[in-house]
Amino acid sequence: MIAAAVTRTEEAPNDTIVRVLREDGSLDPAHDPKLEIDEVVHLYRHMVETRIIDERLVTLQRQGRIGFHIGSLGEEAAIIGSAFAMRQQDWLFPCYREFGAALLRGFKLQRFIDNMFGNANDPVKGRQMPDHYTCKEAHWGSISSPIGTQMTQAVGFAWGAKIEKKALATLVYFGDGSTSSSEFHNAMNFAGVFKTPSIFFCRNNGWAISVPVERQTASRTFAEKGVAYGVPGVRVDGNDLFAVIAVTRDAIRRCEAGEGPTLIEALTYRMGGHSTSDDPNRYRAADEVKPWVDRDPIERIRRYLERNKAWDDNLEEALREDVDKRFREAVTAAESTEPPSLASMFEDVYKKMPWHLEEQRDELLAGPRAPKAH
Amino acid sequence: MPQMNMVQAINDALRLEMARDPRVVIMGEDVGKVGGVFRVTAGLFDEFGDERVIDTPLSEGGIIGAAVGMALYGMVPIPEIQFSDFIFPAYDQIVSELAKYRYRSGGEYPCNMVIRTPVGGGIRGGHYHSQHPESLFIHVAGLKVVCPSNPHDAKGLLLASIRDPDPVLFFEPKRIYRAAKGDVPEGDYTVPLGSAAVTREGRHVTVLAYGAMLYECLDAAAKAAEQGVEAEVIDLRTLWPVDIDTIIASVKKTGRLVVVHEAPKTGGFAGELISLVCEKAFYHLEAPPARVTGFDTPFPYTLEMEYLPLSHRILPALLNTAKA
Ligand SMILES: Cc1ncc(C[n+]2csc(CCOP(=O)(O)OP(=O)(O)O)c2C)c(N)n1
Repeated sequence: MIAAAVTRTEEAPNDTIVRVLREDGSLDPAHDPKLEIDEVVHLYRHMVETRIIDERLVTLQRQGRIGFHIGSLGEEAAIIGSAFAMRQQDWLFPCYREFGAALLRGFKLQRFIDNMFGNANDPVKGRQMPDHYTCKEAHWGSISSPIGTQMTQAVGFAWGAKIEKKALATLVYFGDGSTSSSEFHNAMNFAGVFKTPSIFFCRNNGWAISVPVERQTASRTFAEKGVAYGVPGVRVDGNDLFAVIAVTRDAIRRCEAGEGPTLIEALTYRMGGHSTSDDPNRYRAADEVKPWVDRDPIERIRRYLERNKAWDDNLEEALREDVDKRFREAVTAAESTEPPSLASMFEDVYKKMPWHLEEQRDELLAGPRAPKAH
Repeated sequence: MPQMNMVQAINDALRLEMARDPRVVIMGEDVGKVGGVFRVTAGLFDEFGDERVIDTPLSEGGIIGAAVGMALYGMVPIPEIQFSDFIFPAYDQIVSELAKYRYRSGGEYPCNMVIRTPVGGGIRGGHYHSQHPESLFIHVAGLKVVCPSNPHDAKGLLLASIRDPDPVLFFEPKRIYRAAKGDVPEGDYTVPLGSAAVTREGRHVTVLAYGAMLYECLDAAAKAAEQGVEAEVIDLRTLWPVDIDTIIASVKKTGRLVVVHEAPKTGGFAGELISLVCEKAFYHLEAPPARVTGFDTPFPYTLEMEYLPLSHRILPALLNTAKA
């Protein structure tokens, strides 16, 4: 049991933040998730891959080759660590910033890039914006833009499993701003009442577009929001891979033991803009970002690996080249793939296409074509 | 007269009314320092401060519910919903509360407020940043619904909406936020709610449109004219209560009707407009009325230009209806 968990009202004002990776590169034995060094290397690779892909996608957007990207710069440990802790049978309900976790769970890079281009191979058939993919195989939900909608769904999924006595848990990602939405309160309340095996993973990255956390809540912490719903909350250093894994595993243990949900508040920072459509200089001071550069989750793991003689510059260079190559190949393939067929627009609205959609499809196919897209 | 785009004209109206009426407050997500994700409220935070231009928590239900309360208190809130696609968490407050308060309180509590929200597609926004949900609100008794197509009207209609004693839903077509430019008078003026504008005169077929699709209709009308078909294009401006007199007068003149909108066809506003014309001018119709609309599918991402009823789909409808 994590010492910092807030379980009861009288314990509520608890600001303790779970940390494992110390400044000197050693690990706090109290919460050490005891990873094999190979596992740490594996996760480091994924964190670096996530960051490189983020950078490349921003460039593609600036070049006008894709329409949009919403990245995870600075939040890689929170995202990769939590997804890694989840077991194969568990399910993840994404927000929109967690492609690194999807790739870690087996979502194919090519399919992700196809989604960024909305082509015929896009898993969602060019119907949704970039970064709104899905992957059932990876036990990954489908991404919706409206804030908060996935939270109650994650609770319901876990609830279904509980009713059927299937041993699985769900983890739902959301940002600090999302805790203001009514869905957060609905989800926490249902999860608390029905003791569902679900994990609420709040990426407290400081901002909801331009609105700082102080405008989302007057609570001292997001973790303590669980108290009123009977859901224990825990605060963790979201830039500490080891700590994130430790608290997520702890939450899974609670699910397994039938103790119900946990709310995790991962303290991290959105180092970039909200998305490629956002310019953070309009609302935040540049020096606010600086201290977070020192806490860069990727640098911290790299230092740890080097200290343990598991990483060096050569490996780093090879990794970067490998990611770069795979990324470039995926983009080339995606860019030369056809857009989805016109008829596909009318598919999947219903399982069996009703008469009015058949009529409208035939009308579109027979009619004049739109001028070339903008 | 200064030239402005839609964003500037709306901003101008907000500034003017905030200076004139201290009860007016703007509230919403990111409306403050950033000036809204489309920069429509830019500069107002610096000018009027954070008690009148209020960044709220991320909760549409909270924003509208609180705005209703402020209006009951006697203020004039102008909440912004960042995209009309995100209005649904506030749907209950709008439909059950905002729209019904005056009626259910026997006229004791008016709700004087304007909900501003960008609508429509063609901006690579995919399903959740492209919908045009006007029919869901036109169906709700107690609301007025407005959708301007140019900067002049946007400013005049917004000023009229703010001063209107009833709640107004003000849909801003984001595809033409910056593309539609024009002369905008300085200072105060209003475009009365409930008045349509005949944007192009013609005698063969009446075309009803609003927002961004108006330009597609004008384009199609120009092409139809080359083939001898003169279309009369009416910009509804206020969708509800609609300017029925202008519509009926035009249909009586042309005997033919085409209605265009981006939203899906089934249950869309076009069906209502055609019913109205059938009720009031059936014997003047010389051909079946036509609808050119979005399809009954969710709004797509890659194929958005095939989904939208652009001029290439409007033109054949004009020609066929005129010749039927
Ligand atoms: C219901 C709804 N309202 C508004 C938006 C517009 N919007 C998209 S992301 C966002 C901020 C979300 O902030 P947060 O939950 O903290 O997550 P973060 O982006 O910081 O990861 C807003 C306001 C939306 N997508 N859905």
